[in-house]
Amino acid sequence: MLIIDNLHAEVDGKPILKGLSLTVNAGEVHAIMGPNGAGKSTLSYVLAGRDGYDVTGGSVSFRGEDLLAKAPHERATAGLFLGLQYPVEIPGVSNLLFLRTALNAQRTLRGEPEASGAEFMKLAKAAAEKLGLPFDMMKRAVNQGFSGGEKKRNEMVQMHILQPWLAVLDETDSGLDIDALRVVSDGINAMRGPDHAALLITHYQRLLDYVVPDHIHVLMDGRIVHSGGPELAHKLEAEGYSAIAA
Amino acid sequence: MTAIPETRVSVLPTRKDEAWRYSDLAAAARHWPVAVEPVVVPAGETHAQIIVTDAASPAIRHLAINVGAGAACRYTIIDNGRDYGRIALDVTLHDGADFQLGCVLIGHGEQKIELVTTVRHVGPNASSRQIVRAVAGGAATTSYLGQVAVAREGQKTDASQSFKAILLNRGATANAKPELEIFADDVKCAHGAAIGELDRQALFYLVSRGIPPEQARALLTRAFLSDALGGLDEDAAAALEAGITARLEAMA
Repeated sequence: MLIIDNLHAEVDGKPILKGLSLTVNAGEVHAIMGPNGAGKSTLSYVLAGRDGYDVTGGSVSFRGEDLLAKAPHERATAGLFLGLQYPVEIPGVSNLLFLRTALNAQRTLRGEPEASGAEFMKLAKAAAEKLGLPFDMMKRAVNQGFSGGEKKRNEMVQMHILQPWLAVLDETDSGLDIDALRVVSDGINAMRGPDHAALLITHYQRLLDYVVPDHIHVLMDGRIVHSGGPELAHKLEAEGYSAIAA
Repeated sequence: MTAIPETRVSVLPTRKDEAWRYSDLAAAARHWPVAVEPVVVPAGETHAQIIVTDAASPAIRHLAINVGAGAACRYTIIDNGRDYGRIALDVTLHDGADFQLGCVLIGHGEQKIELVTTVRHVGPNASSRQIVRAVAGGAATTSYLGQVAVAREGQKTDASQSFKAILLNRGATANAKPELEIFADDVKCAHGAAIGELDRQALFYLVSRGIPPEQARALLTRAFLSDALGGLDEDAAAALEAGITARLEAMA
């Protein structure tokens, strides 16, 4: 589904990703762990196509297409979802309007019919209920006045409505209490299936107790330096990144 | 509400006139003279007016609004219609009168759109609230000159002016000139002005969910402008917002 080959990227002229390669197949969940500054968030922004994250070498293929040639909204439409570490507040735009606009923009670009008001409301209600977000919050301005946990739940609600092929979740577990972590984890697990994949970017092994990945990779200084199975998370927690990388 | 016979402003303005400092004087001269439209809201009554300009609207309007004791007057203005557009409101508030203004200025291409308000609190206990939101794209200019004048008799005045503008690109201009002239000593007058760009993080968030950039910009711009439509009933606000959206999407 996702093939990253020898990816180099820089921010403000400073090289951050230095030859990163990674393949994620449909049905798989991969976790990327690594110390601060290793390039974890940069990877997620490069995949989503954020301004200021410049690819200087390598390639990324997503479902057989050149991901890097697409504009950010086209990447989303192709089925890539980026769950942000710090979801943005948008005053004056309700969550429902935001999501309906996004869903229908994606459908239009894919040549599919738009969701009717009733169809969308059904999807939105089901997603909010599943992720434990009071429906009242769907009517409020996007993320405005939401707690950290509510913002992350809202990211999950968006993911469930948009149904991406690949979810790249950047530190979705940060700032969550145990209950919220469980709800968010259930949300990620509910998306698992033979056709979907996820790339979890995280600092801590805690999330990986709830969402058990198929593969774990250690990212240090812009490269994957070590890969292993789910047991690697506990080893990292016990021994630290440097010991594993050595 | 009763109308009294209209009068005319006969002397052509110059750059030295404060109320015309950002104006297109050559354009103004083409539309001269301007009829002053008197509006009288009798004591205790309520008056609400919505003005939406289009290409056929008069370039310059000058309204002299007299709000009687205890009366309430509300104007909602969407000004986007013509190459040169100016709306001037000269409002006089008597004892306990209330004036509310919500105004949206949209300029694109070479448009010059200006709003000039003078709100005179001539009696005590009157309140006025002005919310003006502007967006300028292309080489357009949007201007707001707002003066609040509180007479010696205007004790317990409660006046506010809020102006915010967004520039969609370099080359667009927004002017703001809020002004207070206060001769009473027990008053509350607030004013604020801010000019900026659309929030880049919000823009990325929207496009990362699949919304094309032009549509994302229109959505954020409309949200920004909707401050000025607060307090309207839902149907009226929805109708105005639909018009604004169509306008913004045409600009994108």
